[in-house]
Amino acid sequence: MNRLNKTSIFFLVGAVLVFGIVQALISAGIINSFWSTIVLLAGVMAIVSLGLNLIYGFNGQFSLGQYGFYAIGAYTAADITYRWVQLHSASGLTVILMISILVGLAIFLIRGVVSKIRGMDTLSAFALYLAGVLVAIFIATRLGMLIANPVTALFNLMPEKVAQYVVYLIAVLLGGLIAGEVSFLFGLPVLTLGSDYFGIATLGFTIIVKVLLDNSDTMLGFDEMKGARGMIGIPKITTWATVFIFLLITIIVIRNLLNSSYGRAIVSIREDETAATSMGIDVAFYKTITFVIGSFFGGLAGGLYAHINGFLHPNTFSFVKSFDPLIVVVFGGLGSVTGTVGAAFGWALVLEGVLRLILPEGFETWRFVIYPTLLLIMMLLKPNGLFGNYEIPFIRSVVPPLKEKKADEETAKEVA
Amino acid sequence: MERKNQNPIVNWIVKSKILGILFFVIIGATAVFKLGTALLDNPSLFLQQVVNGLQLGFVYALIALGYTMIYGIIQLINFAHGDVFMVGAFASFYSISRYNVHLWFQNLFPSVPAMLAQAIGAVTVVLVSMVVCALLAFTIERIAYKPLRTAPRISALITAIGISFFLEYFGALGFVFTPNYITYERPFEVTSWYIGPEGFGSIQAGVATPPHSLIFSNIFLIIVLASVFLLLVLQYIVKRTKIGKAMRAVAYDKPTARLMGINSDAVISITFALGAALAGAAGVLYAIAYPQVFFSMGIIPGMKAFVAAVVGGIGSIPGAFIGALIMGQAETLSAAYISTPMRDAIAFSLLIVVLLIRPKGIMGETSSEKV
Repeated sequence: MNRLNKTSIFFLVGAVLVFGIVQALISAGIINSFWSTIVLLAGVMAIVSLGLNLIYGFNGQFSLGQYGFYAIGAYTAADITYRWVQLHSASGLTVILMISILVGLAIFLIRGVVSKIRGMDTLSAFALYLAGVLVAIFIATRLGMLIANPVTALFNLMPEKVAQYVVYLIAVLLGGLIAGEVSFLFGLPVLTLGSDYFGIATLGFTIIVKVLLDNSDTMLGFDEMKGARGMIGIPKITTWATVFIFLLITIIVIRNLLNSSYGRAIVSIREDETAATSMGIDVAFYKTITFVIGSFFGGLAGGLYAHINGFLHPNTFSFVKSFDPLIVVVFGGLGSVTGTVGAAFGWALVLEGVLRLILPEGFETWRFVIYPTLLLIMMLLKPNGLFGNYEIPFIRSVVPPLKEKKADEETAKEVA
Repeated sequence: MERKNQNPIVNWIVKSKILGILFFVIIGATAVFKLGTALLDNPSLFLQQVVNGLQLGFVYALIALGYTMIYGIIQLINFAHGDVFMVGAFASFYSISRYNVHLWFQNLFPSVPAMLAQAIGAVTVVLVSMVVCALLAFTIERIAYKPLRTAPRISALITAIGISFFLEYFGALGFVFTPNYITYERPFEVTSWYIGPEGFGSIQAGVATPPHSLIFSNIFLIIVLASVFLLLVLQYIVKRTKIGKAMRAVAYDKPTARLMGINSDAVISITFALGAALAGAAGVLYAIAYPQVFFSMGIIPGMKAFVAAVVGGIGSIPGAFIGALIMGQAETLSAAYISTPMRDAIAFSLLIVVLLIRPKGIMGETSSEKV
């Protein structure tokens, strides 16, 4: 296997260089706090968009639900660290850890049962999973509360800073896991819908999540989330190092996933679902797994995002905003990892940074007039995305590029 | 070849799909129970909610028609449609408060009865908005969608989102519309009537309305009549005229329609203009019913109407109408009896449930996809 060939080494050296330069500039104060926040936001956006690119760009599932999972991850992680920092209790951590473990266990157990039964329809399977998950959550909350105090004591043995950072890292991962589990449950019935209908159902999901978050204090009983007033008091501990490492892990995981037999199955579904089925590929399984992995990255990024500003508001996850990762993915070029990362950084730097700076006093509201105009011009000039299907060598070696003549093929299909 | 399961009980569970059916039955029974008790508890209040829901549903229907026609013809989810609706509302706001368009007939012919003059004035306001929206949509289509006809479908979707942002935030600029909420001035007086066990009569200030009676206003009547009239006009255009035939042909098979000598680009432009004209009318009616206009007013009704179009079966005109009425009822009834803050979530849950039962919507074609 080519574990450490030339391109991998180049990639890692390049990554370390990029990280080091930005870190040095931040440390030296050349990148001030305004720009460093934007860089962090860009990194987070890159992770969300990479998740979406996996779902839409590589698997061909038109999802508008990425921000819903982003929101789930953000609020899950924020809840854990909030309880740790403000209430000095690991109860959030233990309960959510238990939920994620037991729900995962329930899903695996039920999957074992369902896969043994032949010809079970999706909705029955969904009902079965839902019942199992509800039972798991019920047990997990009690179990989690039970072990909360011992775990708190355990964490208190560590130095305060270390304990906080460890809790934060676990919280970010749990945010991703919970998002992944929710996406499994939601995707199970919805992934059977056709492409556009899947997009619409996932858009509905985003809106449902947003409405639930709006009422999280009154209806769900999470007082600390404060519903539509916005959640405050989350520690601001996301740093460039954390974002960069998670981004790097995301890129490598996606690259290696695409390099595996799973990845080839995933891409084959994008190219032609019928042909993939006839080659013996379990389309439903691969669609679900892609959706879960993509949503996991969405949730992960949410956890990172929550700890940038220390403030969360449901409006951040409104459906208007939920187009952002889609715009980034299409801008970068569908099915291009390099393009997504580049577009995420470009998008955040231009929209949040440059446009805020260049607009003179009294013209701030023009930002959202210029932004769609730029969007329009870019789309008209480069309908296939900024990077098209360009990839850096590290990824190009494994990722099959999207076929050049996608548009012509669609017309050809129409004619046929 | 489906192989049978060994265990007969498991086999029966799988065959009958009982678990999935049970799942939906539980959801449905809960909803029916909630609404049923509400109806028995206070029938007049329940009917009042139904009337309110109808009023909303008919406005949604007009917007949903635009979505469904545009999706039917070029498979584009036109996210800018809700903002065209907003422009329609603003156009009528300015034509009333700045140019007094609703008074032109009264001013020209003072001898004509006030009722008639008012009606003609109101119709003119609606027509002005329809024309403005049609022109706007025509321009949008030419600038943003036509150059992308051969590009991947997602590119046009992104430009639709861009146009939507542009209309909202350009409208929010001080010199275009305004970033503020504006109170809308209705082009006619509102009168309300009651109907119930105590009979029928008009509601006057200072006179108590009899209890247990249903209240409705002329706004409700105007919305219902105007929507039904516009739907019939649209149905006539689509089913009986030459341009309608061309639209159906392009929607069915664009390349073949082109081979038959149909100018498909022109047909698509006309479809956009027609859909936008309906959205413009909806904007006026919505502003009359809920008298407040602001730059982002199109987002939520636009979204709801789009969902309505999907629930009804996107691409189908009667489907859009039925879907919109369902959405209107779902929204008011869930706000009244289940939970006000959750009404959007319930509306979208309904969408997902409908899609799970009928993947192409209520009136959608159920034929399997072409392979």
